[in-house]
Amino acid sequence: MAYSDKVIDHYNNPRNVGSFDKGDADVGTGIVGAPECGDVMKLQLRINPESRVIEDARFKTFGCGSAIASSSYVTELVKGKHIEEAMTIKNTVIVQELNLPPVKIHCSVLAEDAIKAAIGDWKKQHEDARPSAEPRKAQEG
Amino acid sequence: MPKLPIYMDNHATTPVDPRVLEAMLPYFSGKFGNAASRNHSFGWEAEEAVDRARGQIAQLINAKSKEIIITSGATESDNLAIKGVVEFYKDKGDHIVTCVTEHKAVLDSCRALERAGKATVTYLPVDKYGMVDPDDVRKAITDRTVLVAIMYANNEVGTIHPIAAIGRIARERGVVFHCDAVQAAGKIPVDVDRDNIDLLAISAHKIYGPKGVGALYVRSRGPRVRLTPQMDGGGHERGMRSGTLNVTGIVGLGKACEIAAAGMAEENRRLLDLRDKLQAGIFERLDEVYLNGHPRERLPGNLNISFAYVEGESLLMGLNDIAVSSGSACTSATLEPSYVIRALGVGDELAHSSIRFGIGRFNTEDEVDFVTDRVTREVRRLREMSPLYEMAREGVDLKSVQWKAE
Repeated sequence: MAYSDKVIDHYNNPRNVGSFDKGDADVGTGIVGAPECGDVMKLQLRINPESRVIEDARFKTFGCGSAIASSSYVTELVKGKHIEEAMTIKNTVIVQELNLPPVKIHCSVLAEDAIKAAIGDWKKQHEDARPSAEPRKAQEG
Repeated sequence: MPKLPIYMDNHATTPVDPRVLEAMLPYFSGKFGNAASRNHSFGWEAEEAVDRARGQIAQLINAKSKEIIITSGATESDNLAIKGVVEFYKDKGDHIVTCVTEHKAVLDSCRALERAGKATVTYLPVDKYGMVDPDDVRKAITDRTVLVAIMYANNEVGTIHPIAAIGRIARERGVVFHCDAVQAAGKIPVDVDRDNIDLLAISAHKIYGPKGVGALYVRSRGPRVRLTPQMDGGGHERGMRSGTLNVTGIVGLGKACEIAAAGMAEENRRLLDLRDKLQAGIFERLDEVYLNGHPRERLPGNLNISFAYVEGESLLMGLNDIAVSSGSACTSATLEPSYVIRALGVGDELAHSSIRFGIGRFNTEDEVDFVTDRVTREVRRLREMSPLYEMAREGVDLKSVQWKAE
C-alpha cells in the first residue's frame, strides 16, 4: 500500500510528540485504542481555564503510519481552537487532509475519539471542581 | 554501504538465479515446442527438457521422475493434493487432520471441503514455538481419516515440524500424508522416503526459480497414492493435471532444484551465520524483543521478531529501504494480526509488533549489518513515540489497563 506524501511527512517529522505532566491541572489526557487492536493514541491538550482555548498539544501513538500521522495532524489542528469547536472536529477532516484509504479510516476515527477523550478528561477535572456546573454527562467509553 | 533497497523477504519470493534464467531462455522462442507433440523434433526437444527437469526436481526430494506432477505453483499443488485425495478416497472416509498454522492454500482447501460437506477437519494446535506434536496427530486420526496435511516448515516463523515422526504415524495408520514443503524443499534436506511423505508440494519461485510453476510429488509405490484430478483436459501429467506444460517454467524449476541441492550444506552454514548475526545484533542493542518460532528447529534464513511497544507496519514504513514483512493487521484489509503468530499464544499486541526477516542466497554480511543498524534506530525512534513504551517504563502493567477500544 502506498502512503500519501502527507502521511509520510507526518510519520518522518511528527509534530508535537511527547507528554505533558499529567498532574498539571490545565492538561486533559485522552488515551484511546487498545494494544491488541494494534492502535493506541495518547493525546494531551493544555487548555486555558479562562478562555477554554487549547493552547498546546502533545501526542504519543502506537500504531501504523496512518495512525501516527492522524494523531500528529490532530495536534496541529486543535491548537488555538476553543474546546467546543474542537469537539466538533470530524474524522472526515483527517481523512481528507491525509488522503487516507478506506482501510485506514479507523485511524482517523481514533484520532477524533482522542480529542473528545482529552477534552472530556479536562472537563471532568474542571467541572467537578465547580459545584454549580451543569449535571455531568456520562463519559465516553 | 550496501546497495539500496535491500531485499530481505525471501520467504515471500526470491529472485530468479541468473543460472536458472540462462537455462530457461532457449525455451522461449528457439525451442518452443509443445512437450506433448509426439511426432516432430520440436515436441521431442521440449519433452526431453521436461524429462530432464523432472529428474532434477525428483532428485531434490529423493523421489522418482514419474512421481513429479507439474502444476502452476504450490497453491495448486496443495489444492490438488487435498481435494484430490478427499474425492478419490471418499468411500474410505472423509476426515482430514491438519494444523492451525498451515498456509492458506491448505487451510482454505480444507474449509472449502468442509463447506461442501465433503470432509470434516481437525485443526491441531501448535506449541509456543509453532510446532505440532506428533502425538496430537496420532490421537486425531480416526477410522474416517483419509489425509494428514502438515507443512514441512512454516512460512512465517520458520519452525520445522517433526515431519518424519508425523509421516511414520500416518503410514502406520494407513492415512495419506501430504506435506506442503514450499519453504523447506531446496533449503533443508527433504527426503520423501525417510520422512514417509506421500504427497509433497513445492514452488519454483521460493527457490530462485520463476513464478507460476510448481510441482506435486505423488508417491507411486509403497503405497501408491491416487488422486481425483481437479483440472480436466488432455490428460497430461498421467491424467492428474491436464494442460500444456509450461516448458520454460519447468526447465527453470528443474535448474533451481539442481542448484539448491548441489550447494545446500554450504549455503545453509552461510545463511545460519548471517541469521545468527542479525539476531544477536538486534537482541544485544534492544530490550524487550522476542523471538517468534523455534529457537533451533527453524529454517536457516528465517528470523521473526516481535518488537514490544512498536506496531509492525509503522516499523516497516520506517524501514523503507529494506524489504521485510510484518504480521501486523494493518498490512491487510482485515484488522486481525497474523493467525500464525497468534497461534503461538504470544498475545495480539506482540503479534502486531512482529517483523519477519527472510535471508536468502543473495544477501550479504554488509546488508545484515545495515539492517541491524536501521532496525535498531527505527525501533528506538518509534518507542520514543509510543505511549505503551512510556507506560511500561513508568511501571504500568499494560495488561491491567482498561483500554477504550472501538
